[in-house]
Amino acid sequence: MKEEIIIAGFGGQGVLSMGKILAYSGVMQDMEVSWMPAYGPEMRGGTANVTVILSEDRISSPILHEYDTAIILNQQSMDKFENDVKPGGTLIYDGNGITRHPERTDINIYRVDATDEAARMHAVKTFNMIVLGGYLEVKPIVKMENVVAGLKKSLPERHHHLIPMNEKAITRGGEVIKEVSLVK
Amino acid sequence: MRELKLMKGNEAIAEAAIRAGVDGYFGYPITPQSEVMETLMAEQPWKTTGMVVLQAESEIASINMVYGGAGCGKRVMTSSSSPGMSLMQEGITYLAGAELPCVVVNVVRGGPGLGTIQPAQSDYFQTVKGGGHGDYKLITLAPASVQEMADFVEDAFDLAFKYRNPVMILSDGVIGQMMEKVELKEFKPRWTMEHIEENYPWATTGKKKDRAKNIITSVQLEASVQEAFNHKLQAKYKAVEENEVLFEEVMCDDAEYLIVAYGSSARICQKSVEIAREKGIKVGMLRPITLYPFPTQPIQKYAEKVKGMLSVEMSAGQMVEDVRLAVNGKVPVEHFGRFGGSVHSPGEVVEALEQKLIGG
Repeated sequence: MKEEIIIAGFGGQGVLSMGKILAYSGVMQDMEVSWMPAYGPEMRGGTANVTVILSEDRISSPILHEYDTAIILNQQSMDKFENDVKPGGTLIYDGNGITRHPERTDINIYRVDATDEAARMHAVKTFNMIVLGGYLEVKPIVKMENVVAGLKKSLPERHHHLIPMNEKAITRGGEVIKEVSLVK
Repeated sequence: MRELKLMKGNEAIAEAAIRAGVDGYFGYPITPQSEVMETLMAEQPWKTTGMVVLQAESEIASINMVYGGAGCGKRVMTSSSSPGMSLMQEGITYLAGAELPCVVVNVVRGGPGLGTIQPAQSDYFQTVKGGGHGDYKLITLAPASVQEMADFVEDAFDLAFKYRNPVMILSDGVIGQMMEKVELKEFKPRWTMEHIEENYPWATTGKKKDRAKNIITSVQLEASVQEAFNHKLQAKYKAVEENEVLFEEVMCDDAEYLIVAYGSSARICQKSVEIAREKGIKVGMLRPITLYPFPTQPIQKYAEKVKGMLSVEMSAGQMVEDVRLAVNGKVPVEHFGRFGGSVHSPGEVVEALEQKLIGG
């Protein structure tokens, strides 16, 4: 099993920490993982993205040109990464602020309106965990217990009281994600 | 008990340094290596192992603090990224000239000049061909994973003290910034003064009545003395070349083409090898782990077996010169690489292989 993922959005959306929690969940499940952020000038007040790979075997390149799954959280990232999803792969996006919806017909497309849901839950900061929950509903590659363990490892201890709220957000993400179109 | 952590390459360097019982770190912040000192400052090893961590006023001050610590037989290190490393070159040639052991980490970014903060491998010449003046060599280790970032810290100190020579860990923004699983080693105590005095009698640990004074210097104004000293250095480098070459071979057994790549490029090329093999192209990869001493003989050997080689590095073509020297015209050697902060993708490497070697 190998899953190559790009998570892309605005700086401040929690793109990098969502990737880190996913990667740590993989560690807890005894998988090989890599987490490679774009740390360049684009990150300083612009878009942020991170490539996460979870695999049962040794990982070769941490840098990729095509992905099994793209998790897209703003329009710039849609423009940049829609075409880099492998045929038959998966694209998950938050519709908030999207002016051009994905157009490909050879990939599975899901929508998780995490921005709206986070506002409804009065927990704007759990936005990225709602997205993660949506992703894990579609691709249950790590067990929930390992995600919680990954959360504990990623968050400094002073934030551990926030874990139940994040768990709730992950569960909610799984409930609100919906299919847009699936490859037959 | 195995302790697995998810950490950045830069963080791994810092954690490994504390655990290896390093005595001192002197540095100055620069992207993309700032997490080295940030991690050390957060861990506060001066409260546990007694390791000194100091943010100097500049890179020049940092490398000269390393000179001072190393002269006392202490295990000291610094780290920086390309523009900062250029500032350190004077100190590095003085360390080599004074035969002082130390570890220097370069997390390379795009240049020349202030360049960019994104990854590059364009400091190869500076590192292995002598960024400073004089006939000196830097033993150079090129990690290709976060685990190797951690492991090479202690390895580098071992080599430094074995040969009384500075050792470079030549990394880049990819390996420094990425996170992977790391298994950290057990904590080792820092060396005692007795250990240093017994094993490194050249160190300036304070003159005893029963020995002449130790002098740490790189100046010998008398030409004949300087020449003799240079011969001694050259003999040392020959021993390094004979004994310390490290490299890794990936799918080389039946290879018709060979990719030569180090550090993060080697990781990218490993994927390129997988893709090319799926297309039926018999390609393997040789990864130099030590850049000096360079794996010249192993590459020479492959020149008898393969149809051509592709040197892949994030530069305009630097290591390719050493590959060509090893191959000595026997087979075509081409270069491919994005540079100036851009990173080639595995697919681009396969395209280059097809266009430059197979189709050509």
